[in-house]
Amino acid sequence: MSASVSSKQTALDVNDLHVSFGNPRRGSLIRAVDGVSFTVRKGEIFGVIGESGSGKSTLGRCLVGLLSPSGGGVLHDGVDPFRFSRRELNRHRRKYQIVSQDPNAAFDPRMTILQSICEPLNIAGEGTRAERREKAFAMLDRVSLSAEMANRYPHEISGGQKQRANIARALMLDPNVIVCDEVVAALDVSIQADMLNLFARLQEQFGLTYVFISHDLRVVSHISDRVAVMYFGKIVEVGPAHAVIETPLHPYTEALRSAEPEIDPTAADARKRIILQGEIPSAIAPPSGCRFHTRCPRMRDICRTQEPLQRELLPGRHVACHFAEEMLGEKERSGLGLAGGNGANHAASATNALT
Amino acid sequence: MQQLAEATMAGQDTLLDIENLTLSLRDQSGWVEVLNNVSLSVKPKEILGVVGESGCGKSMTALSILRLLPPRDSRLGGKIMFGGQNLVSCSESQMNGIRGRHISMIFQEPMSALDPVFTVGYQIEETLRRHFKLDRREAAERAVAALDSVGIASPRRVATLYPMNLSGGMRQRVMIAMALVCEPRLLIADEPTTALDVTIQAQIMDLLLGLADRTGTAIMFITHNLGLVAQSCHRMVTMYAGQVVEGGPVRDVIAGPRHPYTAGLLHSIPDSNRARGTLPSIAGRVPSLRHMPKGCRFGPRCSYSMQPCELPQAIDREVVDGLDRREVRCTRWEELELRGVGA
Repeated sequence: MSASVSSKQTALDVNDLHVSFGNPRRGSLIRAVDGVSFTVRKGEIFGVIGESGSGKSTLGRCLVGLLSPSGGGVLHDGVDPFRFSRRELNRHRRKYQIVSQDPNAAFDPRMTILQSICEPLNIAGEGTRAERREKAFAMLDRVSLSAEMANRYPHEISGGQKQRANIARALMLDPNVIVCDEVVAALDVSIQADMLNLFARLQEQFGLTYVFISHDLRVVSHISDRVAVMYFGKIVEVGPAHAVIETPLHPYTEALRSAEPEIDPTAADARKRIILQGEIPSAIAPPSGCRFHTRCPRMRDICRTQEPLQRELLPGRHVACHFAEEMLGEKERSGLGLAGGNGANHAASATNALT
Repeated sequence: MQQLAEATMAGQDTLLDIENLTLSLRDQSGWVEVLNNVSLSVKPKEILGVVGESGCGKSMTALSILRLLPPRDSRLGGKIMFGGQNLVSCSESQMNGIRGRHISMIFQEPMSALDPVFTVGYQIEETLRRHFKLDRREAAERAVAALDSVGIASPRRVATLYPMNLSGGMRQRVMIAMALVCEPRLLIADEPTTALDVTIQAQIMDLLLGLADRTGTAIMFITHNLGLVAQSCHRMVTMYAGQVVEGGPVRDVIAGPRHPYTAGLLHSIPDSNRARGTLPSIAGRVPSLRHMPKGCRFGPRCSYSMQPCELPQAIDREVVDGLDRREVRCTRWEELELRGVGA
């Protein structure tokens, strides 16, 4: 996996992307994604973490061309898909697939799994009927579904199996990028583990590029090479997955990490919990200055008026917080090797540093 | 009702004692057994975690305790002892005196548990007036106080709002206010934070545990999130396919699970301290109710399954000082030495 990451080719280049809904003249403009920039390399798994309302799903839909940006843009392998005609876009979009959370809503109840999986090829008009079927069976095999599942209807198989079929269908057009939007959220933990293993295996076998969107810190940090943390339409922190989770440099990431219940009782004891006050603010009237200031435990006057700029604090780690340097200092003083990542005792000590 | 409260308060060792509870439900194709010999107990002020995947019978156990199942299409067997009474044989009017007053429940999705056509203040008043002799003014005052106690800013205004006007986190606060307003002895919380964001989940758990501690309410906390159990419960039981398969103090179970299913659940959770690699997962899925394996119900998915597992498994109890300390439904547990988390 690391070999493919080091290749410098860019699969997705997101530059100051804005996506808004509603009508600005009626004062109901919602800036769901508000100035987001990052790049995803070929063969990389890029995680996006955020709570509901953070704009992560809107971002995901825009990445595959299902929504148009209202500002900035997305380059697919150096090409701007939003300059294509509708016809060209439809053709281009085949290589950029999205798999969404609810597998129950993703299948037509009147079609068998095989019919559903063949549908992308039917629409694309690729191959003969026999070839399509052959490919569908091959895909079912890749996602570890037995061939007998092919003739079942969606209600006859379990949620986990449906989600596998959903992935098989996304793979049918040999995509370059797959956006996975909360693909394991609706599944039980044992099935979730299975699915994460499947994603990792497919990535290794086919060198796929994923954007993995989830609210679950554990899931995202387990599977991703790099992660971006979103809050209210903005990216507050980006960096290598392990480093961001173990030594967060933004108060929001730190709070998310702390809110995640710890299973290991000894690690839980060693940790200071941060409980954020309040909820995500109204989307129509975003807070001034730093958008996180209404809930931030480190809030000071400057946060109310000035929006923090995103800057690179450590190689590959970008943070948008006025006090990121201060947090970095605290963590360095508490003796954390921030550059590298054996995080076994980082979790405990990183949070101690806050007391 | 007063006697009942005193009987429970008089503090025998257990508040709720479920013994060999069986539940069968009827659908178009006949009766099917949903719970099989479930035994568990909750002590006063204790927080008991009940874990397991969907379809293991966690919520069915909760609904059986409150007798919220359709009477014609359900059959309960065994005993549910609470305050000296067997809830299995209580009449509907006796249950009405218990529900909301001595045992209350919080559900996963507060929107479906709150009535959309009444204000939240009115719904809390209704609970109070059902169980106490209060006039509307007194009840309204106490409802506002209850909303205040769950950390709702401007409770007087919120009391006049309808559920649809509130966010998910606020609705769950209202549910908690309503569930605890009568200071019940036992609160059943069925996945109370599953539908919430993690930062809101942390707020709600903090609130729930704080309030329960203040009112001395015991909690039966149903969840699939082992992290939450580790963080908040004293004891836990694992349920699988309608049976209790393991039970004991949370720390002991997490550090040294005895049932392969509990161990499987513990290890299938991604851990940021572990390098990315293959996650151990549990093969297969929960068996269907109509096709239960004859022997160990977990057998077909268990990587340790052997010949002794082909027989039905009995609960093996470890008794310390005359008290049940740990229990496990696996004949092979002593040879297995399963790995836990931490320790």
